[in-house]
Amino acid sequence: MGKWTRRAFITTGLVAGGGVVVGVSMRPGNQVKDLVGKLDLKDDQLIHTYIKIGSDNIITAIIPHSEMGQGVQTSLGQMLAEELDADWDQLLTEEAPAIGEYSMYSAGRRYLLAGIDFPKILIPTVDGAMMRVADSLNIQLTGGSMSVRTTGALAMRIAGAATREMLRESAANSWGVPANEVVTENSHLIHLGTNRREPYAAFASLVADMTPSQTPPLKDPSEYKIVGTNKPRRDIPAKVDGSLQFALDVRLPDMLFASIIRSPVSGGSLVNIDDREARAIDGVVDVLVIPETSVGSIMLSDTSSGEAVAVVADSYWAANQAIQKLNLQWSETGFESVSSDDIFAQFDRDITSRNERQTDRVEGAVDSVFSTADKVIDADYHVPYLAHTCMEPLNATADVRDGRAEIWVGCQNPLGFRRDLASVLGLEEESVTLHNHAMGGGFGRKSRPDFAIQAAQLAQLVGRPVQLIWSREEDVRQDFYRPAVQSRFRAAFDDDKNLLAWENTYTNKNEPIEAPLIPYAVPTQDIGYVSSPTHVPFGAWRSVDHSQHGFFTESFIDEVANAAEKDPFDFRAELLQDSPRHLAVLTKAASEAQWDRPLPEGRGRGISLQESFGSIVAQVVEVTIVDGSVSVDRVVAVIDPGLAVSPDGVSAQLESGIIYGLTAALHGEITIENGAVVQGNFDDYPSVRMNEAPLIETHIINSGYDIGGAGEPGTPGIAPALANAVFDATGIRVRQLPLNNFNLNIQTEEAGAVA
Amino acid sequence: MSTSFTVNGKSETVDVDPSKPLLWVIREQLALTGTKFGCGIAQCGACTVHIDGQAVRSCVTPISSVEGKEVTTIEGIAAANGELHPVQQAWIDHQVPQCGYCQSGQIMSASALLANNSNPTDDEIDVAMQGNICRCGMYGRIRKAIKATKVASSSKNRLFYNIANTENATEIDHG
Repeated sequence: MGKWTRRAFITTGLVAGGGVVVGVSMRPGNQVKDLVGKLDLKDDQLIHTYIKIGSDNIITAIIPHSEMGQGVQTSLGQMLAEELDADWDQLLTEEAPAIGEYSMYSAGRRYLLAGIDFPKILIPTVDGAMMRVADSLNIQLTGGSMSVRTTGALAMRIAGAATREMLRESAANSWGVPANEVVTENSHLIHLGTNRREPYAAFASLVADMTPSQTPPLKDPSEYKIVGTNKPRRDIPAKVDGSLQFALDVRLPDMLFASIIRSPVSGGSLVNIDDREARAIDGVVDVLVIPETSVGSIMLSDTSSGEAVAVVADSYWAANQAIQKLNLQWSETGFESVSSDDIFAQFDRDITSRNERQTDRVEGAVDSVFSTADKVIDADYHVPYLAHTCMEPLNATADVRDGRAEIWVGCQNPLGFRRDLASVLGLEEESVTLHNHAMGGGFGRKSRPDFAIQAAQLAQLVGRPVQLIWSREEDVRQDFYRPAVQSRFRAAFDDDKNLLAWENTYTNKNEPIEAPLIPYAVPTQDIGYVSSPTHVPFGAWRSVDHSQHGFFTESFIDEVANAAEKDPFDFRAELLQDSPRHLAVLTKAASEAQWDRPLPEGRGRGISLQESFGSIVAQVVEVTIVDGSVSVDRVVAVIDPGLAVSPDGVSAQLESGIIYGLTAALHGEITIENGAVVQGNFDDYPSVRMNEAPLIETHIINSGYDIGGAGEPGTPGIAPALANAVFDATGIRVRQLPLNNFNLNIQTEEAGAVA
Repeated sequence: MSTSFTVNGKSETVDVDPSKPLLWVIREQLALTGTKFGCGIAQCGACTVHIDGQAVRSCVTPISSVEGKEVTTIEGIAAANGELHPVQQAWIDHQVPQCGYCQSGQIMSASALLANNSNPTDDEIDVAMQGNICRCGMYGRIRKAIKATKVASSSKNRLFYNIANTENATEIDHG
């Protein structure tokens, strides 16, 4: 932290027109002057890149992250308000505009300072270790459970503290008293000796002539009054009366609606089109073919979007009716015969051949330990592709005319989208204005710009504003899928049933790099992967690789415990004696769930532990087996996020992550037949509903370690805890998801043998 | 062909294809965008509105079938003076929404349930609400919010609620 603040540049300056601006720039060089004019300042003064103080003493926190359900405006606002000593009831939040000054330099900093590898997610955004500002710094990403622990911890807090210090100093100068006699409270400055009290706004203009501290002191957490408390979310009132405008709700004069379709096999291009029936539908304006695009993306790989056919009409309903009347012939891609079975058979071959196997972690003499062990167990796990199915289907509205483009969209990376749109449209980035809306779910999908690019291409062709809405079927069939993965384990024991070695070989590593690692003290480990590429587009899905590896490793450690004839909790706890944080989380989960309380016949209890995105989560799941299928009764979840900025927000994110992961565990399966995705809507790609939702109890441990993420860490641990509970109830070890594919009255080969 | 009906108490006549679903008439002809599109096949409930007091999926309801009926959308359930419907207030009190996209539909289903049954059991909540998907997974909060509003679902009960809420909240929670 200190290192970072010394590198920050806190600057002040006068601005034409009489306003005063003070900025703490987040990278070398002062962006403040550039910001003025791009923000709606009116008679406010911009005190910081992230702070406006109005003449009415209302403070506005400018939040450079997108809202997709996580309440980021509230939690980041709390962090800024805390260090600024702002009056929470007089503090507003607004989302930063999609302009370069709000790129996520602080997120990059975190990874540099931590001395760990840059995640691929951010690689295109930095220019080497010097963090030179480059075109590619166009990132304003909301993902990776990063907002609070990067922007919040490294920018909002600094901004608040630096501004408070400048205000204190200017008040002291103005009052002719020592600065250490001036304190702050509720957006006011108070002189201790005389109780003189004036609002921050009274001194906003004075700070322009000051030389601010480059390392403002931060509060000790024991002093927090706003951070760590539950503040009602600012975004909720507009979400209960229908007034919040999602991108889908944008209405422009003269606007047309569009529906779209691409080749069912990814990568196919149009060979033949018969659109006579489609054009005959009342309201249809045109049928258009838009070309394939490929743009550099910030997530995992480039975003390629194949050739598409769109119907533009005066109503979305008409457009979508017409889409279904098109007779289309798509080119052969060479993948027309590929099925999910083929893909898993390929994974199996590639793991068996260990072709060009690379390793994540090797400790000890693996081969000799396995060859001399008294007992070895092995198991293969796999999980299918998954779609995201955000509640709000992908959509964007665009107006592209006269060398300018305007886009209305809800996305996880407004700056990245703007860059990619400019690239495809052949415009300067400054000629593209992006209006980012709150998203009806994101989960990683809305970090990929394909749908926004399509809308812009259509608007350019039509010369009028166009709102493109993907049908749910297109949303399910043209996703960037959570990858299918296979994982093959071996474990070796001595003659006292002590675990000696852990080996894991899985397919296709993505990120985060640590996802397949285990927290347990196993002396010999060999964790590695083989490459086994498929034609199915893949992308980040809530918790990314943790969602697969959490299921694999936390299920297999249960198998290992069983082979060692130990209780699953006791076994884990014994291997965590050198990891007190993990042990504390696991122990609290067991205790809150009354782990040792016996359950009646037909019921079972399972446990899991997974660290991800800087937070540690343990879950205990209780199930009842009814007629061969599982009913999830109760989930007890404990999280150690270091510090919960907004405890109820953390709880809500845990609940959300658990249900998202439960949908995947029980139902989630995208299957490939003839090279194409089979499923298309919530009828064949089901989601957990009210009647299946378990009682979820959440507990938070504020351990005081660095702040961790909240949006994703709830997801990885539910599937293994559930599968372990099923084993406890039935003796059936489920090694493949989704669970509802199996009749739990019958011990099938697919579900896995009894250990 | 024209169809006449009321939306949130206001008389409307639209001249559209009779098979056009009510959802798209509400969103496109009437410019009420609080009712959402989620699936188009009555699987997710994001489009839920009331027709003559019953919760229906407007994405599969042809406009012709609405002739002469009373339609209520999320924009029409607050009181005329702006006071929120008790279900909306409970949604705020329990911090239910995350992304919020499904919540118009959830609130319309919940308010229809409570209008007919002021004291639903867990099983009744399951039945009434299982047509509404929340991908943010806020089912636990929705259930709590429904239970907290159950006695306030009609004006007749509101007085009772206010008195009981201050004097015997526990009984109300479990009553």
